[in-house]
Amino acid sequence: MSENTTGNWPLWEVFVRSSRGLSHVHAGSLHAPDATMAVRNARDLYTRRNEGTSVWVVPADAITSSDPDSKGGYFESAQGKSYRHATYYTKSEGVKHL
Amino acid sequence: MTEQTTSTENSVDQQHFDTLIADDSRIEPRDWMPEAYRKTLTRQVSQHAHSEIIGMQPEANWITRAPSLKRKAILMAKVQDEAGHGLYLYSAAETLGTPREVLNEQLLSGKAKYSSIFNYPARTWADMGAIGWLVDGAAICNQVPLCRASYGPYGRAMVRICKEESFHQRQGWEILYELSHGSKEQKQMAQDAVNRTYGPALQMFGPPDADSPNSQQSMEWNIKRFSNDELRQRFVDMIVPQAEALGLTLPDPDLKWNEERGHYDYGQLDWDEFMSVIKGSGPCNVQRMQRRRKAHDDGAWVREAAEAYAKRQMQAAAEAAGSADDNEEVSIVAGRASAELIGA
Repeated sequence: MSENTTGNWPLWEVFVRSSRGLSHVHAGSLHAPDATMAVRNARDLYTRRNEGTSVWVVPADAITSSDPDSKGGYFESAQGKSYRHATYYTKSEGVKHL
Repeated sequence: MTEQTTSTENSVDQQHFDTLIADDSRIEPRDWMPEAYRKTLTRQVSQHAHSEIIGMQPEANWITRAPSLKRKAILMAKVQDEAGHGLYLYSAAETLGTPREVLNEQLLSGKAKYSSIFNYPARTWADMGAIGWLVDGAAICNQVPLCRASYGPYGRAMVRICKEESFHQRQGWEILYELSHGSKEQKQMAQDAVNRTYGPALQMFGPPDADSPNSQQSMEWNIKRFSNDELRQRFVDMIVPQAEALGLTLPDPDLKWNEERGHYDYGQLDWDEFMSVIKGSGPCNVQRMQRRRKAHDDGAWVREAAEAYAKRQMQAAAEAAGSADDNEEVSIVAGRASAELIGA
């Protein structure tokens, strides 16, 4: 937490559930002195037109992300495994409900 | 790491960046990007944010004098939106690595620029109409292509902003419509406001292409999708029939349909005035900055109080957790209690 009073507050990432039945989705970020203010500010900033039924705020520095320098290498193992997809199996074409 | 490997890595980074741009894909905050790209975007996005914040002033000027409670509520919602737009954009700008307090300081010190249009005064209620219709209209025209800007956070902020701007433009048009269908004096007031705003609104797209040296690079980076003159033409073509529907005229004797081009021709704009307003000699430059600084200073006690409160709540929560010691269940309960306290 910052010591000065120049508005140098922690950064919070904001996630909004746009309607019941859907996941929270990242909407943006904001600065606020604490979690309660962050939630209130998030409501005013990201849901002025009924865009949300629920809001999460997460301290930005609490997020761990995958290594951006790997340039996709990190996710490569999923490539070349087309047999994980239904479209890989073609013999059943023309057979209904399959 | 030797210099050689560094330069090899940079060229690999550059290639990856170039491929993403060539594929019309998006650059995200933690991707490598050329310094010039980062710098250009930081400047553009933060100037855009500053414009939204300063842009609150001409309209805030009329909140207390709005002609009805309904009009006042609408105007307050619009000014609140402008603040919101500023915050979306600061949030996007910050992902490029410049902290908020630095961006804020650049605005307050006068180092950063904001859109020149906000250095003109809003003289009458009709200006609320002309600003909504023409200024927000020009902004939309400029901003819709920015929804596809190559920098992800900027594009996403623009999508949100554009959705809200269409309310601004329509409410402005409606103010002018009411006035132009009112008394003779009201119609004249609407016409005067349009006359004042037309030229500066067309200049919001920036200097003519020949005098806009940085545009080319921005277009190569897929930040900018259309040239200043292309967007200006698009805007003129849109507003001519809109003015007709209002029963008002646009103050440009050279404005006429060009069958051959399939566009409206329009007259020369006063670029000397434009440059002089940018350089600080507009009618309201000094006032806008004074108000902004005063608002920032006057709000200091609120920021201090909020921070002091947050700090005390954290200490209280830490003490409660400490006294609970190694009894996990009690510490969870204490945590909840303090959360409720904050929520109260």
